[in-house]
Amino acid sequence: MSGREAILNRLRVALREGKDDATREQAVQARIAAAPRGVVPMRGRLPDDDRVTLFCAMAQKVSATVERVGSSANVPGAVAAYLRQRNLPARVRMGADARLGAMPWNTEPSLEIDSGRAQDEDLAGVSHAIAGIAETGTVVLHSGQDNPTTVNFLPEHHLVVVRAKDIVGDLETVFDQVRQTFGKGHMPRTLNFITGPSRSADIEQTLLLGAHGPRALHVIMVDGD
Amino acid sequence: MEIRSPAFKENARAALDDPQLRHALEHVKSGFIVKRAMAAEALPEFEKLRDSSKAIKDETLANLDKYLEAYETKVTESGGHVHWAESAADARDIILKICQSVGAKTVTKGKSMISEEIELNDFLEGNGVQPVETDLGEYIIQLRGEHPSHIIAPAVHLARSQVEADFRRVHTHLPVDRDLTEPVTLLSEARKVLRAKYFQADVGITGANFLVAETGTSVIVTNEGNGDLTQILPKVHIVLASIEKIVPTLSDLSQVLRVLARSATGQDMSVYTTLSTGPRRAGDPDGPEQYHVVLLDNGRSSMIGTEFQEMLRCIRCGACMNHCPVYHAVGGHTYGWVYPGPMGSVLTPSLIGVDKAGHLPNASTFCGRCEAVCPVRIPLPKMMRHWREREFSRRLNPATQRYGLKAWAFFARRPRLYRLATSIGIPVLSLFGGRGRFKSLPLAGGWTRHRDMPAPEGRTFMQEWKQREAQKQGARI
Amino acid sequence: MNQQTPQSRRVGLFVTCLVDLFRPSIGFASVKLLEDAGYTVDVPMAQTCCGQPAYNSGDREDTIAIARKTIETFEDYDYIVAPSGSCAGMLKKHYPALFKDGDWAERAKAFSAKVYELTSFLTDVAGVDHVDVVHPGSVTYHDSCSGLRELGIREQPRKLLKSVDGLEIKEMPESDVCCGFGGTFCVKYPDISNRIVEDKTDSIRQSGAKTLLAGDLGCLMNMAGKLQRQGSDVEVRHVAEVLAGMCDTPAIGRRKD
Repeated sequence: MSGREAILNRLRVALREGKDDATREQAVQARIAAAPRGVVPMRGRLPDDDRVTLFCAMAQKVSATVERVGSSANVPGAVAAYLRQRNLPARVRMGADARLGAMPWNTEPSLEIDSGRAQDEDLAGVSHAIAGIAETGTVVLHSGQDNPTTVNFLPEHHLVVVRAKDIVGDLETVFDQVRQTFGKGHMPRTLNFITGPSRSADIEQTLLLGAHGPRALHVIMVDGD
Repeated sequence: MEIRSPAFKENARAALDDPQLRHALEHVKSGFIVKRAMAAEALPEFEKLRDSSKAIKDETLANLDKYLEAYETKVTESGGHVHWAESAADARDIILKICQSVGAKTVTKGKSMISEEIELNDFLEGNGVQPVETDLGEYIIQLRGEHPSHIIAPAVHLARSQVEADFRRVHTHLPVDRDLTEPVTLLSEARKVLRAKYFQADVGITGANFLVAETGTSVIVTNEGNGDLTQILPKVHIVLASIEKIVPTLSDLSQVLRVLARSATGQDMSVYTTLSTGPRRAGDPDGPEQYHVVLLDNGRSSMIGTEFQEMLRCIRCGACMNHCPVYHAVGGHTYGWVYPGPMGSVLTPSLIGVDKAGHLPNASTFCGRCEAVCPVRIPLPKMMRHWREREFSRRLNPATQRYGLKAWAFFARRPRLYRLATSIGIPVLSLFGGRGRFKSLPLAGGWTRHRDMPAPEGRTFMQEWKQREAQKQGARI
Repeated sequence: MNQQTPQSRRVGLFVTCLVDLFRPSIGFASVKLLEDAGYTVDVPMAQTCCGQPAYNSGDREDTIAIARKTIETFEDYDYIVAPSGSCAGMLKKHYPALFKDGDWAERAKAFSAKVYELTSFLTDVAGVDHVDVVHPGSVTYHDSCSGLRELGIREQPRKLLKSVDGLEIKEMPESDVCCGFGGTFCVKYPDISNRIVEDKTDSIRQSGAKTLLAGDLGCLMNMAGKLQRQGSDVEVRHVAEVLAGMCDTPAIGRRKD
């Protein structure tokens, strides 16, 4: 008997006390299909502007920096300014996200853009989030050409562009969107929920930033569009 | 991991005599407890979320076979492989085979208590595969050849100076005169050293905080980002998880995520919550080419349908040990195996046998703080009592204790005899308690070793009451 | 003294084995408080122990036998009151769990509904909100685990203490952390228990109070024993003694000189 059969049999015998097999099977499938929502905190359930304000506040609480720009046209300038202010080379790693691609990068001609997956030497990465979650100040990104996952983790500085209109209140709303985008029961390879820069408190419970992931998370919130 | 639970009392003695450990454990008391309380306070729905999380786990356990099968289907659909390991040995063999199939020499690891449980690291090393722990706390203790003393903060028992000493001892390629006095310098050094390892690794092994049946997804929750670099850079990603990690849907995941980080560290959300499903897709520029999930049983399926089933709700937040006065006194290593504190006291006997782990459910005052903070409301003291019942009926507890209790129960069941015995014994005892207390007392060495024993007042209450009632009657007549 | 005058309510006092054997004055203080609140107090002779030592050692058989006897002895009273959070908790929360079904389950359920710890009975049932007692000096209050976490006792003793003339409550840090008694725990694992009670005595000293109070004699004997071994002159009493104005007896662990 395989490990699989042994484990499942032991479980079946122990659980047989309840309902019969077919009833349980049906109930389980129904529950997975329905995916009922549980308790959704009121915290993120705010009118649009307040939701965005909450997102910014929550992100800053966890040591992300947040910058608001009027339109996507301002993003390249904001990225260049960020690098200059920190004496970083004018060079970023970026995926193939169409929204990023459509921005006027030619307004920053000295900014070099590397595409594809990130390399260890990359100091700054630029991503476009699919959503932000006001409840916790979290940005949501997924794997693929548009934003290789390595861009989120290898560079020391991670700049994440998110549209104010993509700020939702809670986790459940993001999952609804994911189900819509990828189909019920399907997921991208990686779905990242990122809340602030990398940190560790493993040395005498002292909180430090920049453990293995980025030392700095900079959110560029696009208000317009 | 070598089992040292039978030596619980000796372990405790050593821990109590260790001033540096005592200092380190102060951080647990002041840090985690305060942070959790603040996080719970800041979320009005926190208590309801605990109830909801409990209900989700109960529903899952009541149909664990079905949810596991549904999960497996989804993993396979997304291009991953599910392996079922009944025992620790099975899990080790499966993992080694996967490593050997790609000629792996180096394996990076995210934090996984299950890997401690199956003693994976030593096994891999013995078979020519070098595991590298990437969680900072795990990395530090790997250098020391130690095991984690806490399920969330593995190196909580160490001082900064010890970490510096270990880094200097092992990172010999770095300049000897470098300054490592500030914790941030240690962090930077670890970051550099481990960054190289991430790229070297052929296989990355992570645990899973949750597995989602709806989508065949594994979820890890970290603050460092190490679990992410572990899984996206190598060719192969292995997820090592025990069977009770399943939750039915992403909506359910939302519930338990909200109580996990808050209960563990007081954060609303950990820095990185990562959902992984299968290997890279066609067109993905990065990500592993192979995705394997090793599902471990190791005694858990035998807990289903027993009075210990509720223990399987545990989401490994560590809140129970953070609040436990016994853990505060002796630290995690005293418990002698993988899981310390209250959850360890309930789970360990199930996994390694109550004959070896007998002390653990007994070394508790049943103060109830653990149950009060458990995000999924596991009745931990009740389960420890169940273990004591098992030990009692199997006569595993010391004979002197059993006879003492039997003697007490003999009298307690017979009020007239009890009254007689106590009406003689107590006045006699009080005669010897001249100054109101005893500095030492035969048969009470455990008490009087560290404390005085207050002497009885004189006669028993019942003797006095009987007399006063009789006098009242007499006065009435 | 009390707001309402209940009509001939009969209380069966569960005096607890520790009070019976080691400190009867707590029993008499409890009687006084209950009678002052307008209740008739009876002390059935057939009581011995709530059964916790057997229960927490895994001896279910003896526990059930003791529980049956206790229920039989007390079930006809209107209320069953104990000057102990842990004994009251045992009777109220754990007795019903011992009997799954049938006659005894019903009886245990009915019985447990009438069980109360002393101070919470006075405030929550008898409606007592003050006591006419003078006790100048500072006290600190230890929240015993069972009373706090099983029965929700925290504000009730403090409410009554605040009404005592001249008394000042000086809270200790971590008043709700275990004192390390834990019944048989303190003799099975004395070294660990000692560390826990050391932390507790540190907290007590930090409060600066002259007197330590609590609602459980086990905790009190444990803490008094440690304080005295340390040479402390903090006086240790059961909260009932102060509330009943019966502090002429020597404190726990002391004798009249």
